[in-house]
Amino acid sequence: MRYALFLGCTIPVRGQNYELSAREVAKKLDIDFLDVPEFSCCGFPVKSSNYEASLLIAARNLAIAAEKKEKICTLCNACTSVLTEANKELTKNKELREKINKELATVDKEFKPGVEIKHFSRILYEDIGMDAIREKIKTDLSKLSMSIHYGCHYLRPSELYDCFDDAENPSTVENLVAVTGAAVVDYKNKLDCCGGAILGVEEDIALSMAKQKLDHITANKVDALVTICPFCSIMYEDNQKKIETKFNVNYNLPVLYYPQVLGLALGVDPKQLGFRLNKVRPTAILEKLGVTL
Amino acid sequence: MIDSKKLDPNFKYEVSAEIGGTNINRCFACGTCTAGCPVREIDEKYNPRKIIHMVLLGMRERVLKSDFIWLCSTCYTCYDRCPQDVQLTSIMTALKNIAAREGYIHPSFKEQNRLVSTFGRLYEVEDFDNKKREKLGLPPIQKTFEDLTKLMHDMLPKEVTK
Repeated sequence: MRYALFLGCTIPVRGQNYELSAREVAKKLDIDFLDVPEFSCCGFPVKSSNYEASLLIAARNLAIAAEKKEKICTLCNACTSVLTEANKELTKNKELREKINKELATVDKEFKPGVEIKHFSRILYEDIGMDAIREKIKTDLSKLSMSIHYGCHYLRPSELYDCFDDAENPSTVENLVAVTGAAVVDYKNKLDCCGGAILGVEEDIALSMAKQKLDHITANKVDALVTICPFCSIMYEDNQKKIETKFNVNYNLPVLYYPQVLGLALGVDPKQLGFRLNKVRPTAILEKLGVTL
Repeated sequence: MIDSKKLDPNFKYEVSAEIGGTNINRCFACGTCTAGCPVREIDEKYNPRKIIHMVLLGMRERVLKSDFIWLCSTCYTCYDRCPQDVQLTSIMTALKNIAAREGYIHPSFKEQNRLVSTFGRLYEVEDFDNKKREKLGLPPIQKTFEDLTKLMHDMLPKEVTK
């Protein structure tokens, strides 16, 4: 199984632990990642002020994948959303496709329908499958309990993703965490947004949104929060200290990327899963498993 | 108070002509959007039902010049739950797009446009970043994208990037 790995903006410079662990997990599960240095930003940041420009950026990336005859694996939820939406919109809307292709022609590229785009978690769930993952589990994580934050653009709009998970009551990542043996702990308002997209617009609102979720998550005793999107992770991990200071609260909640969790269960050397790059030290979790870095 | 002389009855048609804006006239003001909105839960100045109503009434200037249209976190909760398939998140994008064209772009998005047009990413990748990646055993990433910068230069008006 082969995918062109789409890193986006944040992961290669601020989420290398996500990238490292995803690459290790892929190796263990025989997923071949192709690096495509020409892949740029997905187009999401430009969408709010100029939708057509964001379509053009997405279409350029999709044209590169089509030229190479590769499917795309994304790690970021927003990349998944923008690339999938552009793919569908440009496939359906001929007039728009011609307009975008006229622009792309100036740099010798052409959007062609048919490129498959999937989030890494969805690939693990749908294409590798729970049984194949279960067979490869080497370390049981049942000493750990975790809560999950899906992140909006992995699930919604549900029509965009052909309803592969239930957007009001999702279970794909629950299943992916549970297969490691770890207990999955539900919490209040699990589907609420992290606030990441408006961090630059009104920091107070965005941080309050993240705080509310951290409050709900830590109302239960969990070892970690599991995320599958770099920007959600920035809100809960990178900004955790800031939230603690601003609201005079204390969480000390480790935030792990899902492939870090699966990597531990698959028996990958923890040194290769990027735990040293986690800002809230996951030392207690690793100690419970008898792992030292 | 609403001054009816200042209303623009064509505003809703202007919005519905945008990509994603088509379904605005379907809204029957049930408030499902506002009830489930995670931004509204924190701050009442963002109220999706009210924004749609303002558009339908034709309050063009008030909407386009407002700060609140930039507060949609694009979580798509309202989009998924709307019984009339108004596709609110796309309408918010349409409103922000029109506002940007009229010169009211929020500075945060202007900066994001500048970064993406200049570097092809939200961040300027420096030698330091690639050295760190090398140490971690990760392949280097491209620092600039000439073709993308050209495309953005042709597509984005100067006022939204500088």
